[in-house]
Amino acid sequence: MTSANHTPQSRYPAGSAAFPHRDLTGLAGLAPWELLFLLDEAEQWVELNRQPQKRSEKLAGLTIINAFFENSTRTLLSFEIAGKRLGADVVNMLVAQSSVKKGETLIDTAMTLNAMHADAMVIRHQSSGAVRLIADKVDCPVLNAGDGQHEHPTQGLLDALTIRNFMTERGAKGDFGGLTVTICGDILHSRVARSNVHCLTTLGADVRVCAPPALMPAEVDAMKVTPFHDFDAALKGADVVMMLRLQQERMSGQFIPSPREYRHLYGLTLDRLAKAKPDALIMHPGPMNRGVEIDSNVADLAGRSAITSQVEMGVAIRMACLDVLTRRTRKVEGWA
Amino acid sequence: MRPLAPLTLTGGRIVLSGAEPAPGALRCEGDRIVAVGKDVTPQDGDRVIDAKGALIAPGLVDLGVFAIDKAALHFGGITRAALMPDQSVALDKPSAVRFAAQSGKPDLWVHPLAAATKGLDGTDLAELALMRDAGARAVATGRRWIADSGTMHRLLSYCAMLDLVVVTHAEDAGLAGSAVATAGEMATRLGLPSAPAEAEALAIARDLLLAEMTGARIHIRQVTTGRGLDLVRAAKQRGIRVTAGVTPAHFMLSTTAIGDFRTFTRFSPPLRGEADRVAVRAAIHDGTIDVIASGHDPRGPEDKRLPFSDAEPGMAGAETLLALTLSLVRDGVITLARAFDLVAATPAELLAVDAGKLAAGYQADLALIDPDRPWIVDSDKMAASAGNTPFDKQGVQGRVTALFKGGVPVE
Repeated sequence: MTSANHTPQSRYPAGSAAFPHRDLTGLAGLAPWELLFLLDEAEQWVELNRQPQKRSEKLAGLTIINAFFENSTRTLLSFEIAGKRLGADVVNMLVAQSSVKKGETLIDTAMTLNAMHADAMVIRHQSSGAVRLIADKVDCPVLNAGDGQHEHPTQGLLDALTIRNFMTERGAKGDFGGLTVTICGDILHSRVARSNVHCLTTLGADVRVCAPPALMPAEVDAMKVTPFHDFDAALKGADVVMMLRLQQERMSGQFIPSPREYRHLYGLTLDRLAKAKPDALIMHPGPMNRGVEIDSNVADLAGRSAITSQVEMGVAIRMACLDVLTRRTRKVEGWA
Repeated sequence: MRPLAPLTLTGGRIVLSGAEPAPGALRCEGDRIVAVGKDVTPQDGDRVIDAKGALIAPGLVDLGVFAIDKAALHFGGITRAALMPDQSVALDKPSAVRFAAQSGKPDLWVHPLAAATKGLDGTDLAELALMRDAGARAVATGRRWIADSGTMHRLLSYCAMLDLVVVTHAEDAGLAGSAVATAGEMATRLGLPSAPAEAEALAIARDLLLAEMTGARIHIRQVTTGRGLDLVRAAKQRGIRVTAGVTPAHFMLSTTAIGDFRTFTRFSPPLRGEADRVAVRAAIHDGTIDVIASGHDPRGPEDKRLPFSDAEPGMAGAETLLALTLSLVRDGVITLARAFDLVAATPAELLAVDAGKLAAGYQADLALIDPDRPWIVDSDKMAASAGNTPFDKQGVQGRVTALFKGGVPVE
């Protein structure tokens, strides 16, 4: 960032300097103004998505390929809607896990997609680092829709946007400094947790992560978070409580003795929620295990639960990312 | 073919165990060294080669390669290599061992390591005595630790009787699971399956106890953690017959190298934290580590151009083994003489072969080495069958200028 294209009034430099990356493979290492730029860009799409006529033609004529090597319903749908609302031609390629062979197949698939002249690719893969690997081989912008246990950058951004919108609706400044966010659940295996940690700590929030030892990654405090094993302590004074999904197979003895024991220690009940700040926001990236990590009466708490808002912000964030990443291709002024 | 005339190397600096290299000459007859020293002179009819000040060193004996990649091994000055049993078909039968033992001759001698268990699956003992008599120089558990303590106990007591060294891999299987990295900040950031570094010490502790009980000789092929090295150090003091090895990856690199998911830095065991890397260098210095091997495992894009946790572990290490070991001499960690103990004399002793030393009666496996010659590692231009080195584009020093196997020049 240079002072020439950065005025003190604006939060970020002008033109492509606001987001100088070709791809969005993770939020680690992004500057605060780059994150804020994407959040601000999404606001217009939040507005548009609330109109009866929800279509822009910004990306008309562009082809976006959603290549999902791992099963997904919600994220895929969100990306598909985002692309279509921007007027792009969206193609989904669903690679059933069983048919994906190791070996050159992943790179071969990427090269095949590349030869079809996609203008952007959205990729989900079950292995950490796989999206970066593909991004290095193709000629178009690549958006990470989740790679293994590494990152899920649009989830981190949409969660930040959700938090910011709730805070501004409540009359706060929409500033992340001074906010305490508690993320609870399977931190070890969660790419959502990692992207949220990178995003929220970069924006200035205090982030706590809470999990039993077996689900807490080693040296997690190096990521500028405070680890907790005791959920009650982690909740104390929290502004935001973000619950993570615990996969069924991990709560049948390997990591957690049983779902009810998990709920006993880490389930977000109304009683537990009372330990957080009185108006603390409740979040969950979905899909929820109701009655396990979160009780229904908490998940559905009006004015407090942001869970459906997260889904709404997801579409807007993905529209913003697709718009920003294709600006060079579209020769948008200041980006070409 | 007419037998070659006796060979005399003159004008070199001779690498001798326990002493600084000394100016002198070396004379061979047939495939044996007959004289070494200051006063040795060529005789009439000898082939005479002037070393022009180069080091005259024993050919390297590489204790643990995964492929017989002759071009790379020769580039690295390696004249003998112990072949790991982890081949497409495990070396678990006398016929496979006999074939492997012949596969490099005449200019590279391959010493097969017999698979400890059938199919290397860690349960049923393989035909170890038959494989020994077919040419296996030691027994190895392969890339894996034998998880069943009963099996390991029986294996070690049997090998003690057969007087075969057991080459082990030290990673507790339960703790390591499907880990591809050492637990810590880097694995946490990258979201890679990881295991605590203590998985190594846990495995070593059990195997040392079993070795003590059975009187077996074990060689732990790679000891990469301070905790593991402490156990080995203490065991040696107690008189347990244990030796330890390492590959240059673990004294050169630490876990920060796996950033960006570079699969050329995926090893088994994985790279460790910086404190462990420093501990490995200290253990090379104090003699706890006895052997440096290449772990040569050339892997093409089909095994390496993959997401990190799907890629195969291993590096093409034969070409850089000597130069990276010599870097320890330049850094003051070890003397030049000891460097050659680590890469030649001690591995030869473990394999019970009369090589790895410059002494009368030993095999004339010789390397002329310019220890200071600089060169740049280039993964695109390697002699190895694949260029998977984590040291790509790195400047190193030390290069083999001529190589002889049994007194015959290697082309």
